[in-house]
Amino acid sequence: MNTSPYLRKTTAVNSVMLRVLIALLPAIGAYVWQFGAAILVQLAIATATALIAEAAMLALRGKPATLYLTDLSAVVTAWLIALTFSPISPWWLTAVATLTAIVIAKHLYGGLGQNPFNPAMVAFCTMIVAFPALMSQWPGAGQLDFHTQLELIMGGARQLDAITAATPLDALRTGLREGGANVTVPQLMEGSAFGILGGAGWEWIALAYLVGGLFLLQQRIITWHMPAAFLLALAACALLMWGMRPDRFASPLFHIASGGSMLAAFFIVTDPVSGATTPKGKLIFAAGIGALTFVIRSFGAYPDGIAFAVLLLNICVPLIDMQTQPAVFGHKQD
Amino acid sequence: MLRKLFKFHGGVKPETHKDSSTTQAIAKAPLPALLKVPLHQSIGGTPRPLVRAGEKVLKGQRIGGADGNVSSAVHAPTSGTVIAVEPVLMAHASGLSTLSVMIEPDGEDRWIERHPIDLRATPADEIRDYLRDQGVVGLGGAVFPSHLKLKTSRTKPTRTLIINGAECEPFITCDDMLMRERAPQIVSGMLIMQHILGAEEVLVGIEDNKPAAVESMKAAVAAAGVEGCSVVAIPTRYPAGGAKQLIRVLTGIEVPHGARSTDYGVQCFNVGTAYAIHEALDLDQPLISRIVTVAGNVGQPRNYEVLIGTPMNELAAHAGEQAGTDAYIMGGPMMGFRMPAFDVPVVKATNCVLVSSPSLFPPAPPEMNCIRCGECAKACPADLQPFELYWFSRARNFGKAQEYHLFDCIECGCCSYVCPSHIRLVDYYRFAKSEIWARERDKEAADAARERFDFRNLRQEREKQEKAARLAAKAAETRAKLASDSGGEASQEAGEAPTAAEQAKKALIAAALKKAKQQKEGAPVPPRNTENLSPDTLAEIDAVEARRAAARQETE
Amino acid sequence: MLSALLVMTGIALVLGAALGFAAIHFKVEGDPLVEKIDSILPQTQCGQCGFPGCRPYADAIAQGEADINQCPPGGDEGVRKLADLLGREYKPLNEEHGVEKPKSVAFIDEQTCIGCTLCIQACPVDAIVGAAKQMHTIVAAECTGCELCLAPCPVDCISMQPIGETVETWKWRYPVIKIKQAA
Repeated sequence: MNTSPYLRKTTAVNSVMLRVLIALLPAIGAYVWQFGAAILVQLAIATATALIAEAAMLALRGKPATLYLTDLSAVVTAWLIALTFSPISPWWLTAVATLTAIVIAKHLYGGLGQNPFNPAMVAFCTMIVAFPALMSQWPGAGQLDFHTQLELIMGGARQLDAITAATPLDALRTGLREGGANVTVPQLMEGSAFGILGGAGWEWIALAYLVGGLFLLQQRIITWHMPAAFLLALAACALLMWGMRPDRFASPLFHIASGGSMLAAFFIVTDPVSGATTPKGKLIFAAGIGALTFVIRSFGAYPDGIAFAVLLLNICVPLIDMQTQPAVFGHKQD
Repeated sequence: MLRKLFKFHGGVKPETHKDSSTTQAIAKAPLPALLKVPLHQSIGGTPRPLVRAGEKVLKGQRIGGADGNVSSAVHAPTSGTVIAVEPVLMAHASGLSTLSVMIEPDGEDRWIERHPIDLRATPADEIRDYLRDQGVVGLGGAVFPSHLKLKTSRTKPTRTLIINGAECEPFITCDDMLMRERAPQIVSGMLIMQHILGAEEVLVGIEDNKPAAVESMKAAVAAAGVEGCSVVAIPTRYPAGGAKQLIRVLTGIEVPHGARSTDYGVQCFNVGTAYAIHEALDLDQPLISRIVTVAGNVGQPRNYEVLIGTPMNELAAHAGEQAGTDAYIMGGPMMGFRMPAFDVPVVKATNCVLVSSPSLFPPAPPEMNCIRCGECAKACPADLQPFELYWFSRARNFGKAQEYHLFDCIECGCCSYVCPSHIRLVDYYRFAKSEIWARERDKEAADAARERFDFRNLRQEREKQEKAARLAAKAAETRAKLASDSGGEASQEAGEAPTAAEQAKKALIAAALKKAKQQKEGAPVPPRNTENLSPDTLAEIDAVEARRAAARQETE
Repeated sequence: MLSALLVMTGIALVLGAALGFAAIHFKVEGDPLVEKIDSILPQTQCGQCGFPGCRPYADAIAQGEADINQCPPGGDEGVRKLADLLGREYKPLNEEHGVEKPKSVAFIDEQTCIGCTLCIQACPVDAIVGAAKQMHTIVAAECTGCELCLAPCPVDCISMQPIGETVETWKWRYPVIKIKQAA
């Protein structure tokens, strides 16, 4: 080494990524417990695709493959894709989504650290626009055995109504739309898709994400700013509408505990590459996603709006960062 | 009596490595065979050499005079003979050379006559000039001339004097040992500074990982029996020893970049500087030695009292330098600089010679892309956004880098230390800063040239007009004369006079050309009037002749 | 229909008035473009561009009479900056006007100088001191390195000496990004 500092901390990118993966494990466990082992197959498909795509792109771009493959960032993207997709998605859907994330959203923008958009969310949005039907087929908790799930993943015939159940958010939205003025939210909540806090089965996974998130906080990989701002903004919007019309809007607790809220709060919104970086900017960025998520969930055409909200706020990051630069030492008065 | 301490943002806690070099007392480094004393050792102008090769010097004799007020004198560290005054590789990362005085010690170590001055009877201005001529500069590493820092602000009285004994860099223990062993002298220097600045309170800030130094300083302050003076243990966190950070911790005041801290009512000096001021004023001993920590790849890390100009490799050898050494680092591992050679001299800025080896400081892992994780921003003690500065510096977008306060960066290295992508962030800032300085220099030079060019055009225009006016006046005069004389000869004379002058000038140039041609062609004309010249001048003439011969050959 | 026309006309009138007002009240004195070009030029005043100084060259560029690649002392970087400022395509330095050289200052061999004052008259920035039949010398700090004094000297006693790097002018290099291909 020729220049100071000659000392450095031992933390490296891959150790950060590794701890993110570890933090996802409780949720994966809960997922398997509630919905069966299909998610493991999806994780394997996504991971394999991501690593192959990453290696190919690194070779094409003339970058050292081992150095960047072992940074594990592609694996994190792959896992987030698998966890946001339905566990019974056909294998090619997961693969194409992962390819989109790694090739288009990551490497075409310059690879690790250069992507303005969250790759996993780009993949999700692309797929939900391209294959809306496949993206909305979710199994109910404990509904399918592993054999059936595997068949579905491998491209087996789909008799939709028999195998799938609506996700809680979807059930709420379609229920309200079809039922019109006769149906109220509390009535719908008695349906089988709903549990104590959010959706049946889903609430456990949400709790597991919370556990993983707390681990990341404890490891100082993420700061409290983003998860807190995201969850509070989502809850505040929900509280406002629910307070006015409890029969037409779900409670704040339901919003926080269902859909991808918890996953987003600790693992997606907190992506450093595509997110805001200043302390104030982080709050604005995450709160924006929270508010926008509520709006899309309640008034939009898609059951869950996190992916779109994240991408929209990703666009705003340069502006947010520019406007929220913290005061520098000695310049705090002016 | 608990003081309220303030916090600075960020900082890191690297392993300190301070224990091994504090087990033994400060030792006097043996006299080297040759001392290389660079003239340029402080911020500011390069001192003029006051001695010549062959001259005998005494210990403490001034060998370099301060060049203007922003400069500081340099002295002979021991008695002996000046061997040469020539450029020597300097203790600087650039690997450039600087004019140095080479002294061969005679082993007698004979002092020049010393007359300590009466402080109370001397006005502050004279004390400051005295300190400048005693070569006292900041010994914390920045080597800013101390006499300049002892000036009070015009707008604000100096309330607090801070003595910096924090010493936050790993490996370095020279201040720690100085405080343990020579606390009364430090306190004496400190009181002189308090007297000059008129400060109400004096705070000695010491990191709490140096309890022995804290105790020793407390005892010395108590023994001196002065009011408003306290020794404060501060939390150990790098870079608590940065002047701005220490001022913040002790007083809560943030001194911005480019501002004088006296304008905020505080001033900060290193403990080593306090000691040097005591020696310079109470004993009339100029700054000719300093305490240097020798640590790293050595058998027995230890602190030495070293004469300025001692080659670093001799010093490292005393401490038992071990195999595998690849370089010396001057300063600590966080902010130090790799020396271009092993035999560079110890200078006033050398607080530590860190003997580096690949096993001690392994090569950095390959740099990866920045993932904007913000670890650097969390660690930055100047509240900067280092990764933004990195993007801008890397893209050579210097305007934007300055907008994001590049010059508030103190290059402490915290950001590089924590970066999980192993990006050498500080290198980018150093690069950007020196590019910006170079551009500013170029711009200033260009502005000056433009001004001079414009002025020259203006002057030429004016001269032309003046000449025209003069000619017109003369013509009018001649006409008037003609009218009165009505003769023809006068006009002819007036017309021919300038031509004659021009001819004379042309003849002169032709003669000179002929002479030059002769010189070029034939045997060189031997220079005249050389009988009574000194050998130095004769040597100079020979050099000129040689140069001329070379030039002739080149043109032919 | 009529109302729409009226509205549009009204808007046009109001905007026109606003623009006219702005043109009069916020008028910029002088030609800022020439100033901007001039500030990029190195002010060597060497005339290698074919114009008698940097300012005339700046004028010529602004009026489209000269190309942006005629200034050797400004070098490649200067051309790039001009291209940026004027929104033109970068082109390499035109070698007809000379090549980029390391920065130098003139040096008079005082033994050979005959004191003819010709160089003093040639110096565009008055950086040479001396008087007739007296030795001349260069004020190195003011010399722009334009080389205009070389040609007039009858005894060829002026040479160009490159400026050495000092601690004050030394620059940290651009950090080299070394990533070895691991395979």
